[in-house]
Amino acid sequence: MGRPTEPFFWTLFSAGGMLAALVLPAVCFVLWIAAPLGWLATPDRAGWLALLASPLARFTLLALVALALFHWAHRFRYTLYDGLQLHHLYGLIATVCYGGATAVTLVAAYLLLRLG
Amino acid sequence: MNRRRFHPRWFRRRTPIFWWLEKGVYVHFIVRELTSLGVAYAALLLVVQVGVLGAGDAAHARFTALLASPWAVAWHALLLATLVFHTLTWLHLAPKALVVKLGGRRVPNAAILAGHYLGWLAASALVVLVLVRS
Amino acid sequence: MADATVTLEVQRYRPEREDEPVWERFEVPARREWMVLDALNHVKDRLDGSLTFRWSCRMGVCGSCGMTVDGEPKLTCATPLAARGDGRPVRVEPLRGFPVIRDLVVEIRSFLGKLKRARPWLIRDDDVPLAAGEHLQTPAELADYKQYSMCINCLLCYSACPIHHLEPDFAGPAALALAQRYNLDSRDRGAAERMEELSRHSGIWGCTFVGECSEVCPKGVDPAGAIQRYKLAAAADWFQSILLPWSGQARAKRREVAR
Repeated sequence: MGRPTEPFFWTLFSAGGMLAALVLPAVCFVLWIAAPLGWLATPDRAGWLALLASPLARFTLLALVALALFHWAHRFRYTLYDGLQLHHLYGLIATVCYGGATAVTLVAAYLLLRLG
Repeated sequence: MNRRRFHPRWFRRRTPIFWWLEKGVYVHFIVRELTSLGVAYAALLLVVQVGVLGAGDAAHARFTALLASPWAVAWHALLLATLVFHTLTWLHLAPKALVVKLGGRRVPNAAILAGHYLGWLAASALVVLVLVRS
Repeated sequence: MADATVTLEVQRYRPEREDEPVWERFEVPARREWMVLDALNHVKDRLDGSLTFRWSCRMGVCGSCGMTVDGEPKLTCATPLAARGDGRPVRVEPLRGFPVIRDLVVEIRSFLGKLKRARPWLIRDDDVPLAAGEHLQTPAELADYKQYSMCINCLLCYSACPIHHLEPDFAGPAALALAQRYNLDSRDRGAAERMEELSRHSGIWGCTFVGECSEVCPKGVDPAGAIQRYKLAAAADWFQSILLPWSGQARAKRREVAR
């Protein structure tokens, strides 16, 4: 079974994994633990909108989200396939995982554009 | 006259569904792989935050309050543990794919690993720089 | 002290009289310098001559004596018998992940087919006559692939690899590491041919980097590392073929002209 798309998805998985590894712990700590608890101050709504005003900032966020999602898609697909031995659902699992990642990425792109 | 050659019946062991529970190493592997769910959740939450940003001041205020609730903070502390586990296992494995040569000699694995940790530190510092207001 | 014994719990399988493997216990002398293989040979020589198992060099270079000892894939010639010293029996089973033919002997033909797919030989596209002399290789070039050449085909890595258990077609650690051994050899020109065969789900992409193969390898081959490097190379090759599609064709054309 030759699957010419494997190298492509593996590269996304790899890049996403590295990016997530380097950046997400700090993002999670700052945005969802330290800021809500008042340990650190983050921008207010106007500040966030200003931060995300530039195309570069929006593209960076979109890239981070997309790569993280495609990292999950590739990895989770294999975890289901091997971990639960769902070999007969190979195609379905791949479609749901990559399809899901694509869908959420598109939603993210739309939401970022909607910021004006 | 029976001309068929005798062929012994081989014994094949079936792999159980929960094969990964049989050895500590395999459990560690599956837990490691499941951290990808944490990565996906973090990405989703970022998307939600962008959506909330565009939905007006009231929505943003409500969401900020929601994030500050004890359950949310506890849940995200668990998320942080998951993400850190992803980072530690990823950084431990990533150097295996790299063979870096400087001046004809292979850079030892320990050096590559140290480089990755420094990268993590630098990236985290950058995140704090971008996101935190004093 | 001379009377001290170790209990060996050995899995027997005799297809002519049982449907499933059974356990048998043997008391063997607790010699300090004995390996598990010595104990098995003691059983065969003195206690039960029908015990069937493979072994040869008894010094860890032939790869024949791979078995599961206390749940872990080991070379029995390199596993001390009395290491644990707590009186519990030492369990010896055939290598997991392969069909059992008899007692501790497993069928490895599937591996041999996979090894062939990896093309573990030097592939050249030119016909260099003997008179032209040897291929020269610097110590640095040797160092590039030497680690992967240490494989003794003992199959402990296949026993440890969950993907091998789950997917019978998976090429497996040793075959892929050996493919890399030749890919990285400066004398070889067959990387593209191997890539064609192995850059697929039953090849490198089936691997999920569990990493157990490298942990159990008695020769320090690190097949997991070899496969990850192979993935990186395959991904780079794939992007190159997409972004610069003419480069592959140019290379192939040059080979045609040379012939």
